[in-house]
Amino acid sequence: MPGAPGYDGAMAVTTPKKLDASRLRADFAVFDELVNGKPVAFLDSAASAQKPRQVLDAMRDFYEHSYANVHRGVYRLAERATAGYEGARGKVAGFVNAPSEREIVFTRGATEALNLVAYAWGLDNLGPGDVVVVTDLEHHSSFVPWQYVAGRTGAAFKAIPIDEHGELQLDALEEIERAGTIKVVACNLVSNTLGTVNPVRDLASWAHERGAIMVVDAAQAAPHRPLDVQALGCDFLALSSHKMCGPSGIGALWGRREILEAMSPFNLGGEMIRSVSMERTTWNELPYKFEAGTPAIAEAVGFGAAVDYVLEAGLAAIEEHERALVEYALGRLGEVPWISTYGPVPERRAGIVSLNVDGVHPHDVAQVLDWEGVAVRAGHHCTQPLMTKLGVAATVRASFYLYSIPEEVDRLVDGLHKAKTSLG
Amino acid sequence: MSEFDQLYRELILDHYKNPRNHGLLDPADAVAEGQNPLCGDEISVSVRLGEGDVIEEVGFDGRGCAISQAATSMLSDLVKGKPAGEVAAMPKEALLDELGIPLTPVRLKCAILGLGVLKLALHKARGTPLPEEWGTSVNELVLE
Repeated sequence: MPGAPGYDGAMAVTTPKKLDASRLRADFAVFDELVNGKPVAFLDSAASAQKPRQVLDAMRDFYEHSYANVHRGVYRLAERATAGYEGARGKVAGFVNAPSEREIVFTRGATEALNLVAYAWGLDNLGPGDVVVVTDLEHHSSFVPWQYVAGRTGAAFKAIPIDEHGELQLDALEEIERAGTIKVVACNLVSNTLGTVNPVRDLASWAHERGAIMVVDAAQAAPHRPLDVQALGCDFLALSSHKMCGPSGIGALWGRREILEAMSPFNLGGEMIRSVSMERTTWNELPYKFEAGTPAIAEAVGFGAAVDYVLEAGLAAIEEHERALVEYALGRLGEVPWISTYGPVPERRAGIVSLNVDGVHPHDVAQVLDWEGVAVRAGHHCTQPLMTKLGVAATVRASFYLYSIPEEVDRLVDGLHKAKTSLG
Repeated sequence: MSEFDQLYRELILDHYKNPRNHGLLDPADAVAEGQNPLCGDEISVSVRLGEGDVIEEVGFDGRGCAISQAATSMLSDLVKGKPAGEVAAMPKEALLDELGIPLTPVRLKCAILGLGVLKLALHKARGTPLPEEWGTSVNELVLE
């Protein structure tokens, strides 16, 4: 029987639980901290997220009860350490819906993951006549390695331009294709500067139709929305722990198994070898072939705990919570004539708002906001090509996470008024 | 005094809003430019030397935060008429004393960007080698 108009029984059942930011804030000691006598309004989670007690406890517990080097010792502690480290790998694999845990390589972060692909895949597979495609929205970590490796191999380097809303202009691909054989498309899933959610699935299809690989920088997406490498249809995906409540110094690369198997190694040393002699060295199996040296063991455990934490909060709920905050922020900022904002409409972006105050440099804006206890980022956000496109030297960026609350948006807007009054 | 008034004191705001010696000189003995990549401050400084290696004219252009622009404006007033060799070796403390504001490490880079660019212009104008710590292939000063 059809339901009442506007009511869908199945939808109602799967409606995600709502996120209670005020409750989650109790997990973060930093919110008890006073900056200039005021509680900190932390609006810089796109740079790095704060850490909940659960993650810190997991790392401390691991160091106190289970620490040793991994994959080596036959003693009990070493077994526990290996189990902790490999358990974290399993959590990350589940988090991105990887077909196999062997496809998860731990790295120092998303930057190293993207460098790994650019070097280990790019140096062997690119040459004159080939084209590497990035976008105007890329973070330097997804832009510079490809620019560099394209230069080293003689491949052409092209960027998909953006329109005035900060969205990729995919019709430019036709022109880009004339430059040669498309070999790589590298794109972030969410822009760290504008928050644009990019059509990675379409780009992956386009790349595959041309025999190219699709490399996704998910550093800015992973903390905020459900991730599924199989649904995205990409070949590589990079993420960082520290942006999703985990420790810094660790991240992961997911790669399609057959491509990882065929690739040359990246870093060389212990752990990544099978046998070494004067004549010849052979590589270990996946993923260890790409994990030379003692890894960041406790950080991996913390990363796993962070995965648990954000899954418990619910990624769909986080996404919805941030969308509401962005909508509220853009609404309040839109009332102010001397504030310019950049980027797409709330439905098409993640929890990031880039803005400028007419006549006041972003650095000065950020300084005044700091005195009000509001922490934002001011600068080019490691996206200089994008800043050039926007015609600005820098912006002020406010970014939200699962612990952000509307009151912090209000404090941001009040602070912007102070900056304008005193410096504009 | 509030933190705002300490950093953005009246003199600084005056130099920011009404910069002295603004605009590049034409002709000039040398022009140099520099950036602070962290916050996107950009400054160009041109110099003209007169009799006895004295700085006759300074003109600057740029965009950036209040501290970087005001500091360069104050600097340009400070060095006019001084021996170029002396200014090329001027310690940053001399400018910071003049500014007289509390600076965090990040804002310190904003404050001394103009001084670095001015020194680069002076070395170019006088044909003297750049200080070793700047490297040998520097044409543009970039503060990291």
